[in-house]
Amino acid sequence: MSAKLLITDPVLLNFATEVGDSGPVAIAGNRTRWDLGGPATNGTRLLTAPTGIVNYVPDEMTVTVRCGTSVEELHQALAEKGQRTGLPERGGTVGGALVVGENSLHVLGRGRVREAALQIRYVSDDGKVVTGGGPTVKNVTGFDLPRLMVGSLGTLGLLTEAILRTNPIPACTRWLRSEEINPFAVTSTVLRPSTVLWDGTSTWIELEDHSAAVDAEQARLAAVADVVEVDGPPSLPEHRWSMTPGALGNTNQFGAGAWIASVGVGTAWASQKQPAVRVEPGVATLSARVKEQFDSRGRLNPGRTAGVR
Amino acid sequence: MVDFLSSLRSRLGGDSTTDPTAERRGPRLLRNAAKKAKGVASPAKDHNDSDPVVVELRAALTPDRVRCDGAERSLLSRDASVFDGGVSGPVCFPINTAEVQAIMRIALKHERNIVPRGAGTGLSGGAIPLGAPIVVVVTKMNEIVEVDVDNRIAWVEPGVVNLDLTRYLHRSGFHFAPDPSSQQVCTIGGNVANNSGGPHCLAYGVTNAHVQALEVVLPSGEIVMLGGLDAEPAGLDLRGAFVGSEGTLGITTKIAVTITPNPPAVKTLLLSFETVRDAANTVSQIIAAGIVPAALEVMDQRITIAVENYVNAGYPRDAGAVLLAEVDGLAESIVIDAKRIAEIGRANSAIEVRTAADEAERAALWKGRKTAFGAVAQIAPDYYLHDTVVPRSQLADVLEKIYAIADKHDLLVMNVFHAGDGNLHPLLVFDGREDGILDRVHAAGAEIVRVSLDAGGVLSGEHGIGVEKQAYMDEMFTADDLAHQNRLRQAFDPGCRTNPGKVIPIGHSCADIQALRQVPKGVWA
Repeated sequence: MSAKLLITDPVLLNFATEVGDSGPVAIAGNRTRWDLGGPATNGTRLLTAPTGIVNYVPDEMTVTVRCGTSVEELHQALAEKGQRTGLPERGGTVGGALVVGENSLHVLGRGRVREAALQIRYVSDDGKVVTGGGPTVKNVTGFDLPRLMVGSLGTLGLLTEAILRTNPIPACTRWLRSEEINPFAVTSTVLRPSTVLWDGTSTWIELEDHSAAVDAEQARLAAVADVVEVDGPPSLPEHRWSMTPGALGNTNQFGAGAWIASVGVGTAWASQKQPAVRVEPGVATLSARVKEQFDSRGRLNPGRTAGVR
Repeated sequence: MVDFLSSLRSRLGGDSTTDPTAERRGPRLLRNAAKKAKGVASPAKDHNDSDPVVVELRAALTPDRVRCDGAERSLLSRDASVFDGGVSGPVCFPINTAEVQAIMRIALKHERNIVPRGAGTGLSGGAIPLGAPIVVVVTKMNEIVEVDVDNRIAWVEPGVVNLDLTRYLHRSGFHFAPDPSSQQVCTIGGNVANNSGGPHCLAYGVTNAHVQALEVVLPSGEIVMLGGLDAEPAGLDLRGAFVGSEGTLGITTKIAVTITPNPPAVKTLLLSFETVRDAANTVSQIIAAGIVPAALEVMDQRITIAVENYVNAGYPRDAGAVLLAEVDGLAESIVIDAKRIAEIGRANSAIEVRTAADEAERAALWKGRKTAFGAVAQIAPDYYLHDTVVPRSQLADVLEKIYAIADKHDLLVMNVFHAGDGNLHPLLVFDGREDGILDRVHAAGAEIVRVSLDAGGVLSGEHGIGVEKQAYMDEMFTADDLAHQNRLRQAFDPGCRTNPGKVIPIGHSCADIQALRQVPKGVWA
């Protein structure tokens, strides 16, 4: 093994020592999704992940960031160089965003969270710092541990540091609203909208590109329907739903109360909770085997199971 | 298991013992194949046919789709890589998921290994059968099952050829974004196994970004659906872990791939430069300027001339390097990006900036790029194609080092690569009959890997690890890192019987050794 692979960052090493190799342990971030995956087992030692941006290389479009850093703080630093990531800004930490795996509202324009993590470092069940993936924007070296960690709720390893892919912020962002347009036809009128939202009456469209291109897209929409410019997206109801994009049209499923659907994505927000989505038994068994391999003693974030809502 | 050098030697007929009057590589390989075939087939035929595994496989499939003859086994003992040393057991051609499941169960019952295989175009030896496993060829599972435009997906069987899907989708205005150079023959199942890339993955992402769900037959024989068509499928992303696992976690039997709308407008630019350094600097400055082109491909002068001689793509022969840059999207948007790319090129002393005037010229420019490896055959009979990735800002420096490495070992190197994402493809071109050349090729290859890693790069951008780069894995990962990769492997395949001896170095994957020691007795070896 090459000596340069040895992790020397004292911040990571100290965190690994804190995790240690015995007793139930988990990371508490900003607790924006604390109830996901079932209740945490009482008596679990709660740690805070290390913070700070370690290395931002705008020309490479990558950033190395410790997982306790808030997504807002990261995005502020990236915005100074005209960049951002696919991580959602909803008050949480980088590590929280990764282990929860919820995509940004603007996922069509910014990409999925699972595509954002190029390399991850986590502390394992036995207190070691483990690296998966690699620092470059393209990499197929070995098994894809970063993707395994996205959405794992910290049950396979405690995320400490990540190298994320950054994206340029387009020159122009514009939100439009229309009461006349068929939301499902928007993508046949405009190319690659960053967001299309629909509440049964109004459709909101986020366009991002060079301003000349956004103007042209707006004109194309205006030719088929009345559209007005608005400041941004509407406020979203409380409960997040996940379905196929084609299933959004069945609006009865949301029940009474407000709902907003992300057209072309399959996410929706409604005042009512989505009925529990069952993980297929074969997949649940396989997931349990993965958990057994990565944390046979069940000490990492005990009580939580990825996929339980 | 498979030593790189001895593999090269045996594949190319050895260097020190080569008869200078011997035939070229093609006939020699055929002769070797015939010799091997004779060795296993004639005295052993009856034994193979009576092997209980073969009997059960034939009962589960049909007798004609389970082959044991020496010619078939010999053919499938290698892939498109330089590696030799594979030995195939019975070769199965299943036509549906139930048959794949039956094969897995028979393999499990008899503790036999399995190697899945698509078109065999892999370049890292990932499909080479080690220890006479059952080879499961999925090419007969080649149906496009369903195209669902509302959900922007297509369900395909693993044997569907990459370009066939894009051709099929053409009329509905969509395509399958990953476009490896082998796309005319490689299968989507193989793309999934290798997380394949291609020139247009710069903007659109590699295969993993285009796979939403996978039906997989696990080594246990269970059938599971990984991922899903929901916006955010519940549970661990086992789909993401499966893609790129090089056939070591199971066999995929049905794939839901994302279909991508064809862009309304495309501009393809050809920029020529005095030096490769100018081209590489242009690439990293384009990325730094916040432009994400659909593709950014660089070719050096040696490969450009080879391509011109081969297909007459319209590349300038006198330039030190050419950069093929493509932008797609809205017409109003791409004129701005194309103009900026041209400006950056000129600021880096571009000799010429040309925009393809029509679809015919664009097609010619791309044909040149995509046939580059075929063109090389005119220069020397053998080539060894590398695949590493470096940070884009390091491209120029690393390329200079690669030329120096080739010079040092007295080898000819050509560079044609996915510059936009830093994915290098140095091509060492040689004649395997030359004395001592294989040692030099091997040594130069190792140095290329090392300079790439030293520059902050990785071992492979799209070809995978297979058997080619196992030996380098511990230069990128610690023992703990590799042990964790092995944990994932063990969760799917506790006996390590699916494509054993690949990806993770043998020392870090004890079960693989065990699996490979259980070579079936007698005739298969």
